[in-house]
Amino acid sequence: MPSASDKAWPDVVLETLKANDVRLAVYVPDKILIPLIDGVRADPFFTALCATREEEAVGICAGAWMGGMRSVLMMQTSGFGNIPNALASLAVAYQIPIVLLISERGALGEFNAGQVWSSRVVAPVCTALGIPHHAIERLDDVAFILDRSIKQAVATQSPAALVLSPLLTGGKVFAG
Amino acid sequence: MQRIVLMRRLAGMLRDEAVVGGIGNTNFDLFAAGHRPQNFYMLGSMGLAFPIALGVALAQPQRRVIGIEGDGSLLMNLGCLATIGMVAPPNLTLIVMDNASYQITGGQPSASAATADFVAVARGAGIARSDWSQDPDDFIRLVDAALQSSGPALIGARIDEAPAAGQPARDPAQIRDRFMQAMGARKDFGAP
Repeated sequence: MPSASDKAWPDVVLETLKANDVRLAVYVPDKILIPLIDGVRADPFFTALCATREEEAVGICAGAWMGGMRSVLMMQTSGFGNIPNALASLAVAYQIPIVLLISERGALGEFNAGQVWSSRVVAPVCTALGIPHHAIERLDDVAFILDRSIKQAVATQSPAALVLSPLLTGGKVFAG
Repeated sequence: MQRIVLMRRLAGMLRDEAVVGGIGNTNFDLFAAGHRPQNFYMLGSMGLAFPIALGVALAQPQRRVIGIEGDGSLLMNLGCLATIGMVAPPNLTLIVMDNASYQITGGQPSASAATADFVAVARGAGIARSDWSQDPDDFIRLVDAALQSSGPALIGARIDEAPAAGQPARDPAQIRDRFMQAMGARKDFGAP
């Protein structure tokens, strides 16, 4: 497992994805995810793909898995609100391990009321669907939680959801 | 045109292509035309047949992949055409079975009964090789041409509302497992 010691969280994420042979990175853009999006786009190891909507991304990741390619789906908490049906009727019903990396808006200093309530659906929806979910709050935990979650998802054929907390990323602050 | 007639003609020309059938009558008639393990049948996730097919196409660049979607389903997710146009997978063929209605929920007219033209939308999304088929022979000619050439293609088929001729068993784990074995991807299972 990669060591987290002197690296920034995005570097640890990218390293851990590579160590687990996660080659397809599908994303819907988000500001906190910029270093991850730039990272997968710059590295030929990854096939980076910008989807128009999170549901679509679930379909792409599901197809890739069934074709033998591991993937990660990166989105914002508001985007998670677009995908419960795709998770329930595709990823969960068909036992497809899709790893969701979710940038957390709506908490710890959120300035946009439109983000607050949508972010609160993530944990209850995951719980309702039986999808393991964790918040990643500390740099030292990034490699362990992501590495183990990918391995468990693959071994148990289940999606997994990881929320990147502002405690880890700094979050997005009001720019005026 | 009749969906089952087109599906039977299509099934007759397939070899090892992966085929992803959208929910409802689309995958019912894909199944009824002759089950093959390279077929993936959707049970929900309306609108995701083309994205799933894109994912398979990305994972298996050496294999031809066909996505088949209904008009109501595609209307739910038109954005995927822009993604496919942008990615331009050389091995992906898209088929739209357009009966201009939500047949399975009672035949309510869809937007394609009025104004929406999927071939025009697909061309606008960057899928230059997009055509309406005029009859079953033309349909097969277009599919065959798409499978022989490099780049994404979309073939539209205006069909009637004949009921589907059969249905696959609604067993998602079995559908997925058989499909993955046919894709040669089953080896990716197991403990890390």
